[in-house]
Amino acid sequence: MPRKKTSKRSVSNNGDEGVRGARPFWSGTLTFGLVSVPVDLYPGNRTNRAPLRMLSPEGEPLSRRYFSQKSGKELDDEDMVRGYEIDKDKYVVVTDEELERLAPEQSRDIDLRRFVPLEEIPPLYFDRSYFLAPSAGSEKAYKLLAETMKKEDLAGMATFVMRGKEYLVAIFPENGILRAETMRFADEIRSPKEIDLPEKKKVPAATVKKFERLIAKHSAKQLSLKKLKDEQTEKLLKLVAKKRKQHKDIVEVEEPKREEGKVIDLMAALKKSLAGKRKAA
Amino acid sequence: MAARAIWKGELTLNSIKVPVKLYAAVKDQTVRFHILDQKSKTRVKQHMVEPDKGQEVPHEEIQKGFEVEPGTFVILDEEELEKLEPEASREIEITEFLPPKAIPPEYYDRPYYLGPDGDQAAYFALAEALKNKEREGVARWVMRKQPYVGALRVDGDYLMLDTLRHAEEVLSAKDLPRPAGRAPERKELAMAKQLVELLKGEFDPKEFKDEYRERVMEFVEKKGKGHKPRLHLVKSKKKTTSLDKVLSKSIEHLKKQKKAA
Repeated sequence: MPRKKTSKRSVSNNGDEGVRGARPFWSGTLTFGLVSVPVDLYPGNRTNRAPLRMLSPEGEPLSRRYFSQKSGKELDDEDMVRGYEIDKDKYVVVTDEELERLAPEQSRDIDLRRFVPLEEIPPLYFDRSYFLAPSAGSEKAYKLLAETMKKEDLAGMATFVMRGKEYLVAIFPENGILRAETMRFADEIRSPKEIDLPEKKKVPAATVKKFERLIAKHSAKQLSLKKLKDEQTEKLLKLVAKKRKQHKDIVEVEEPKREEGKVIDLMAALKKSLAGKRKAA
Repeated sequence: MAARAIWKGELTLNSIKVPVKLYAAVKDQTVRFHILDQKSKTRVKQHMVEPDKGQEVPHEEIQKGFEVEPGTFVILDEEELEKLEPEASREIEITEFLPPKAIPPEYYDRPYYLGPDGDQAAYFALAEALKNKEREGVARWVMRKQPYVGALRVDGDYLMLDTLRHAEEVLSAKDLPRPAGRAPERKELAMAKQLVELLKGEFDPKEFKDEYRERVMEFVEKKGKGHKPRLHLVKSKKKTTSLDKVLSKSIEHLKKQKKAA
């Protein structure tokens, strides 16, 4: 899929719309057996906390625009299509509608067709994290599923098509809420053989023992989140704060242009969704 | 088909060094499309432009700024950004060892295989020791100007290094309210348990296939040959009935399926 194209028509958000205007990332249906649970999907990861904007020499925020290689003309959304390169410079055009219709109806449901112990899944499969919240009216079935999975200590596995891509997910409860972790498919993981790593040689037992002693010596019970602090971003934010205080290199533009899509508080929307105060659409 | 190493480093534990090569463990199979100009069916060019004037700003004239409040930017020049970069190093420092599953799934980001770079004995000995002790190492290193924290694990006889997300990047369910609504009834719980148990099994990654990807590729090939493949119509969803009725129906249905298999 091409990245979301910049659209001149995208709505600007002045912030006063708040949570009311916030939509979940995606809405769908979670099923197990014949039980279906309408759910809303929210991102569980937050990336790039301190994005830098590209600015003109005068400090004007820049936008990404698309141009025809042939005519050099600027292109609007409707002037562009998606193409798969089957030969050099030869493309097959695939429309949104075709991509949509290539997914059979049942493939859009997150159908939990296998339950496995979460510990059995090797971490290398995990990709991105999402939260599932019950859509209005589905709290009962949602809670039943979350509680059952917790009691049985199991994660549910499913595949589903969302926005032109099929996802494999492991769904498991966390504090009464279902977390959906997208996973890599088996054919997206290389094997040591494919990489051509050398075969294991016999190793001296003394060397193994030496490492075992070191491991025991440096063992901890828990992961300290301090170790995972994003120091790089902290440094950047500090520098920004310092320069701001010194009134150094600051530019102001008249009105912020919001063309890269709405900035919405998905966390607030998720909280609201879980609190069940949302009216059915 | 041997893969190329993407980086070389040295696992360091106390004063012991184990030289390693890093290999990507993931090969992305996503169907990649290009954005085309509809008229000419040729690739498009992307430029950064001033939105009002539509004027392209050449790469070397672009400045980077951090938006401190809407419309106000603090400009950071190349020199300042470079100063923020961590010092380059080949060291992958192992700081501690944790029991398996001490790191929750949502922290894992990208996996890499490690291969020995020279000293094979030390490499395989470390892998064996990790396996025997059932531990996962926590390591930090700087790769391509980025600082990383990762988990050092064993996969069979080999070492893997999974990069981990920053704490600030992972949202915790603990910060969220519990879902509203009444607690499930005992009868419902018993039936749901039965249902889940009928679907219980071992984790087998090969059980799940990206069928949509295959469908898209098949479609693209056919269309490329000038055919017009038929497509499904997208229908809307039906309504469902009461929870316990559906639960008991599901159990019946699955039992039948199991018998038939």
